[in-house]
Amino acid sequence: MATNESSTLRTPRRLLFGDLWTYAPAPESRDIVRLQPRYGHFIDGAFTEGGETMQTINPATEEVLAEVAVGTSEDVDRAVKAARRALDGPWGRMSGAERGKFLYRIARLIQEHARELAVLESLDGGKPIRESRDIDIPLAAAHFFYYAGWADKLGYAVPGAQVGPVGVAGQIIPWNFPLLMAAWKLAPALACGNTLVLKPAENTPLTAMRLAELILEADLPPGVVNIVNGAGATGSALVEHPGVNKIAFTGSTAVGRHIQRAIAGSGKKLTLELGGKGANIIFEDAPIDQAVEGIVAGIFFNQGHVCCAGSRLLVQESIHDEVMEKLRWRMQSLRVGDPLDKNTDVGAINSREQLERIQTLVASGVEAGGQLYQCPGDLPEKGFFFRPSVFTGLAQSARVAQEEIFGPVLTVLTFRTPEEAIERANNTPYGLSAGVWSDKGSRLFMVAGAMRAGVVWGNTFNRFDPTSPFGGYKESGFGREGGRHGLLPYLEVR
Amino acid sequence: MATRKIPARLAVRKTLKMYSGGAFIRSESGRVLPLSAGKGEPVVNVPEASRKDLRNAVVAARKAQTGWAGRTAFNQSQILYRAAEMLEGRRESFIARLAATGGRKADETARREVDLAIDVLVGYAGWPDKIGQVFGGTNPVAAPFFNITSPEALGVVGIVAPATPPLLGLVASIAPVIAGGNTCVVLLPAEASLIGLELGEVLATSDLPGGVVNLLSAPQAGTLAHLAGHADVDGLLATAITAEDHREIETLGAETLKRIVVLPEAPGMDQAPADIVSPYRMLSFLEMKTAWHPIGV
Repeated sequence: MATNESSTLRTPRRLLFGDLWTYAPAPESRDIVRLQPRYGHFIDGAFTEGGETMQTINPATEEVLAEVAVGTSEDVDRAVKAARRALDGPWGRMSGAERGKFLYRIARLIQEHARELAVLESLDGGKPIRESRDIDIPLAAAHFFYYAGWADKLGYAVPGAQVGPVGVAGQIIPWNFPLLMAAWKLAPALACGNTLVLKPAENTPLTAMRLAELILEADLPPGVVNIVNGAGATGSALVEHPGVNKIAFTGSTAVGRHIQRAIAGSGKKLTLELGGKGANIIFEDAPIDQAVEGIVAGIFFNQGHVCCAGSRLLVQESIHDEVMEKLRWRMQSLRVGDPLDKNTDVGAINSREQLERIQTLVASGVEAGGQLYQCPGDLPEKGFFFRPSVFTGLAQSARVAQEEIFGPVLTVLTFRTPEEAIERANNTPYGLSAGVWSDKGSRLFMVAGAMRAGVVWGNTFNRFDPTSPFGGYKESGFGREGGRHGLLPYLEVR
Repeated sequence: MATRKIPARLAVRKTLKMYSGGAFIRSESGRVLPLSAGKGEPVVNVPEASRKDLRNAVVAARKAQTGWAGRTAFNQSQILYRAAEMLEGRRESFIARLAATGGRKADETARREVDLAIDVLVGYAGWPDKIGQVFGGTNPVAAPFFNITSPEALGVVGIVAPATPPLLGLVASIAPVIAGGNTCVVLLPAEASLIGLELGEVLATSDLPGGVVNLLSAPQAGTLAHLAGHADVDGLLATAITAEDHREIETLGAETLKRIVVLPEAPGMDQAPADIVSPYRMLSFLEMKTAWHPIGV
């Protein structure tokens, strides 16, 4: 008879990175960045001083980085008028091919200043340098490069129709991917021949202002791109300005709803890229180790400040314990800390306000009876940090399972059948993203097809590309950014 | 007083009913609006749709939506073409109906309108199995992933049909919406109700599943606002409405981020079918889904 095999089995030895030795600090130098003490606006091809200011801080140290002007309705008005003049002037008359060459120039300038922009992005927003260096900045450049090539090919994008620019676009972007969101907004708008006024987020204006300098260096005609800094009131002035033909907004669903109401009946075109509560569904036949990496990438990427984050993990009941054990183990090797350290996985929460919101929601999860697991290790004493966190044992109705947290907090739910997984995944007013993990192709296609979400990642999560359309179903907004579909919101189709 | 001559055979008049959830119904409110069907024609009592009728219609539309979107594109195409066949079969009666309420040159205009409506249906009948090929596609991402974008139905769409031209305006509103796999709840202005409800009889005999198109006539005051604010309606298509209504439906629709299209005017009688049939009308009520999958081992 065969020997008893169990006697030869040993508990596998596992090595936990960062546990047996300490990492030496590996900070990226910030010398490459030259900060100005004060930033104004960029209007009609020139930097203006602006009046009243607000502060932008480094969320990892709470150090004040610069004073930034708060745009008034007069500033917005000047910017919109400059954009209109540019549209009626040289930009409106320029051929698509020439417009495209300007966009190629901007793409190249971003690539040439990539390291500087990455450091600046991490300083101002708190994201790990590894992500700003490898994802945000290269993707921003790639977006300009991709849309540059569309500028003289618009007729092929919209078969059977005549197209022209919409006019002056008002664009409002969030603080989670400052330069990348600026690129998502600017590149297609310019490729289609529009002019624009951009309002960066009040917490993260610095890379947009550096982009303005690069735009100046690219010799883009004055008024084609205008940037007005400020907070909500500045955004409202832009939304309500009668000279604006199109609004593009990325941010919260509450503000998106407000904007849609504010422009009701005005005839302005609108695209909204809003919140999400993405489901990440793991079937029992999934490649578990890869799925665990996908869970981590889905919720802890960019501190969870991602509208398409996989913040609801749906695990098939039969593999729940195994997945959770592996996930907790993996989370122990996540390094939380200095965003400029090249070994950092999770950087600083973008603002004190956001940190408090995360803390409140996590407290509500604990109060609702959820079991909370958090990454071990010390957090920096200064700055805004939050440990990557996972809730188990909560009902679907819990606040943390329903509301967008916009932080590194995962809620785990279970399911038994694919039908139940689909039902639970779609049971949210949001519809931005979903993930499906399975080795069985027919199941993956079926579940991906049933997801009411604009982006579905099969056996992967949080992938982005300029050629790939991105945008939501339901209350995650409407319109697509990226790809051929990202042109349509900026074209008048006749 | 002159006595009226009693005909040898009494004509059988038709009770016009709303078409909702695949059934022909009266308004639950019991209210009707007497409308003239033309000189010498008997007055028609058209149901006045209430808010409850609207809610019931939305329930029917929601229930029918997944099944309709799940039909093969080929089947959807055949059903739209079938509707064109049915309308062609009732061509003369629609022309007579339209002409009875028209003025001079009524016959010619009516004929033109019915022909256009049929041809617009035929035009859209060709789109369900082509829209994904023309407007979807694979995306060449800069990493080893298969990446594909394809259109999907939005869901339930509320439609405000134009008062005139009643048949063409209605067909041009409904066809692009259902060709994309959506279901719809249509508010027919009083002026378009006679013709609109007749179209329900065409659709009911076109193999179109019940609940895909729901036609509500002569809506009572407040029904439009109720439609715009209804949380289970995903999109709105309104043609030739007032500026106040435009503002109101966009304000109310924002609560659930509805996709809203307001067209300033109905299709013109001088247009060719090819000018009216547009995939871009369909795109307003389609969602683009992008799926990623790794390529490798």
